[in-house]
Amino acid sequence: MPQGDYIDLHQKRHGRRLDYEERKRKKEARQVHKRSKQAQNSIGIKGKMIAKKNYAEKAQMKKTLKMHEESSSRRKTDEDVQEGAVPAYLLDRENTSRAKVLSNTIKQKRKEKAGKWEVPLPKVRPVAEDEMFRVIRSGKRKTKQWKRMVTKATFVGPGFTRKPPKYERFIRPSGLRFTKAHVTHPELRCTFCLEIIGIKKNPNGPMYTSLGVMTRGTIIEVNVSELGLVTPAGKVVWGKYAQVTNNPENDGCINAVLLV
Amino acid sequence: MAMNTVMCLLTDAEGTPLGSAMYIPHNAGHLQLTNLVNTFLNNEEKLSYSFYVSDEELLVSVGTYMERNSVSVENVLKIVYRQQAVFRIRPVYRCSQTISDVHEGEILCVSFSPDGKQLASGSGDTTVRLWDLNTETPMFTCKGHKEHVLAVAWSPDAKCLVSGDRDGKVCCWDPSKGELQGNALSGHKKWICGIAWEPAHLSYPSRRFVTCGKDGDARIWDFTLKRTLIVLSGHTRAVTCVKWSGDGTIYTGSQDSTIRMWEITQQGQGILKHILKDHAGWVNSLSLSTEYVLRTGAFDHTRQVTCSDEEMKKIALERYIKAKGKVDSPERLVSGSDDFTIILWEPSVSLQPKQKMVTTARLTGHQQLVNHVYFSPNGQWIASASFDKSVKLWDGVTGKFITAFRGHANCVYQISWSPDSRMLLSCSKDSTLKVWEIGTKKLKHDLPGHEDEVYAVDWSPDGEKVASGGADKALKLWRG
Repeated sequence: MPQGDYIDLHQKRHGRRLDYEERKRKKEARQVHKRSKQAQNSIGIKGKMIAKKNYAEKAQMKKTLKMHEESSSRRKTDEDVQEGAVPAYLLDRENTSRAKVLSNTIKQKRKEKAGKWEVPLPKVRPVAEDEMFRVIRSGKRKTKQWKRMVTKATFVGPGFTRKPPKYERFIRPSGLRFTKAHVTHPELRCTFCLEIIGIKKNPNGPMYTSLGVMTRGTIIEVNVSELGLVTPAGKVVWGKYAQVTNNPENDGCINAVLLV
Repeated sequence: MAMNTVMCLLTDAEGTPLGSAMYIPHNAGHLQLTNLVNTFLNNEEKLSYSFYVSDEELLVSVGTYMERNSVSVENVLKIVYRQQAVFRIRPVYRCSQTISDVHEGEILCVSFSPDGKQLASGSGDTTVRLWDLNTETPMFTCKGHKEHVLAVAWSPDAKCLVSGDRDGKVCCWDPSKGELQGNALSGHKKWICGIAWEPAHLSYPSRRFVTCGKDGDARIWDFTLKRTLIVLSGHTRAVTCVKWSGDGTIYTGSQDSTIRMWEITQQGQGILKHILKDHAGWVNSLSLSTEYVLRTGAFDHTRQVTCSDEEMKKIALERYIKAKGKVDSPERLVSGSDDFTIILWEPSVSLQPKQKMVTTARLTGHQQLVNHVYFSPNGQWIASASFDKSVKLWDGVTGKFITAFRGHANCVYQISWSPDSRMLLSCSKDSTLKVWEIGTKKLKHDLPGHEDEVYAVDWSPDGEKVASGGADKALKLWRG
């Protein structure tokens, strides 16, 4: 790096060489070959960096060329036809995006027979019995310990009557009984508050299924007549399965996702 | 003898009595009353009638009715008679053909030609397809649109087909070859909502049709000249439906909740006659009491062979007058709206030089917006389809509520009448079609089978077939 202006001073006083322009022109012409030789023969990280820089330059150049090529004259554009055609009377109305062909009862029946279900939560943390039940002491001296009280959310059904208290082994407190669940449709992504019809399966064991205990991962059956679903055979669907996704005893409500 | 007879007065639907009050035996039933009416009217052929006492159909003998409803024998019983169509259409109950892979987009509109020989369907894959009804297979594919085809309409002489798309373009087709005639006509700036042809008795062969669009205009086009004749602008929002009535008035219903009546003068100008402002929400659908006859022109259910142009025009005029009722009785208009009500309009009786329509009745009862209203082919009933999952039936003259048909599980989109006015067909978002019987006021047949919402349905004018299409891209043909 020149640290003075002596080069410029000399050029002003004495001018340049006589073949300066010629040499300059030729040198610049050689730069192209030199650059390409460098790019081809460099190895290692240096070569990669050169290649990357060259590629970026090439892409930019292509873009500018294309831009220049676009003429201002109008041309016939074939735009792709939009999906989701609706008739004229529905065009101005905002409809919620519909889920495509909703599953029919035949598929459901087959799945039921096989006992296999594709569920959103295939594995859940197992709940131990001492977490599920609390021991209730009874008797005059409070020594009998055969009664248990359920500490999780339950569903009992509309026609439920308690067994006589003297013989009741499992107590389901009314504060933990739920009738409705907040069910989300996975495709429509909206949540409905639907009535529970029954408990289908509790993954922790058949005893809990029969008691009606709802923990995370339980399959419940809900009343979906609100959604207005119809099977291809023309029958109205009014019950569908859903899986519980939260811990109802902690939240105070049951959140579930519909199994379609 | 006095115990066994009942004093009755037969009146027609509009209230004019037939003869005077007379004594009729107790056990007089439907057959005897029909004979009586036929003799009084001096009918050459025995026509069939249905009888109504205080708006309920009289199905049993007169005496039994009096006992059941404990009507006093001393009062004169008023029996209203209504002519039923002479022919009977078989109800459709089975799907004869499902054509699934032909249309690549959702089917948005279907329409049978007035002579019942051809079927046209417009779809989201921008084509209009013509179908052969004898073999139930596709006949022609009409390409010419670049956007979804939203509306399709046959001319009343069945010789021309016009379709409108989402771009605002109108295409004219020759249905015998399936070819586009001319180019796609542009004029509307936004999508086209409806098309209506000039009635056959006003001009034969059919030349003019009117289209209405989202841009708020209605345009009158000439089919042979392939250009716009008149632009009827005035609505501030989208025009959802247009109808050309038999006396030459054009009715347009719009989202600005008004209905405008237009007239075409001798010089070829379109002038606004009147604005009907009684609705509080978008006007979704209009229907005229003579609509079915205007659509079918000179063809009726017997599918007669064509004659010369003048004769066809005369036949169309005769049918029109018969459908109107008496010669000077007016056409009624019914409009269904987003404000959950339907209004029945009639031309006012006052002596103004410009006839304006006055609200006869406001038909309330629907709990959601009314999407489609349709007069029955004989003008006696009005059917309305609503998003509250029900179809309601109203009297076509007075507007009184008759019954509600419930059964659909989701919004009801469109309705179609059978040509003899005895059955009603409705298609819905729940993917089923349902056939309702007017006589028994019950569901006659349920037609499931579509896999997704059904957008359009039509009953052919000869009553043989029904076509339906929807979001599952399949066209289904049903028959009895």
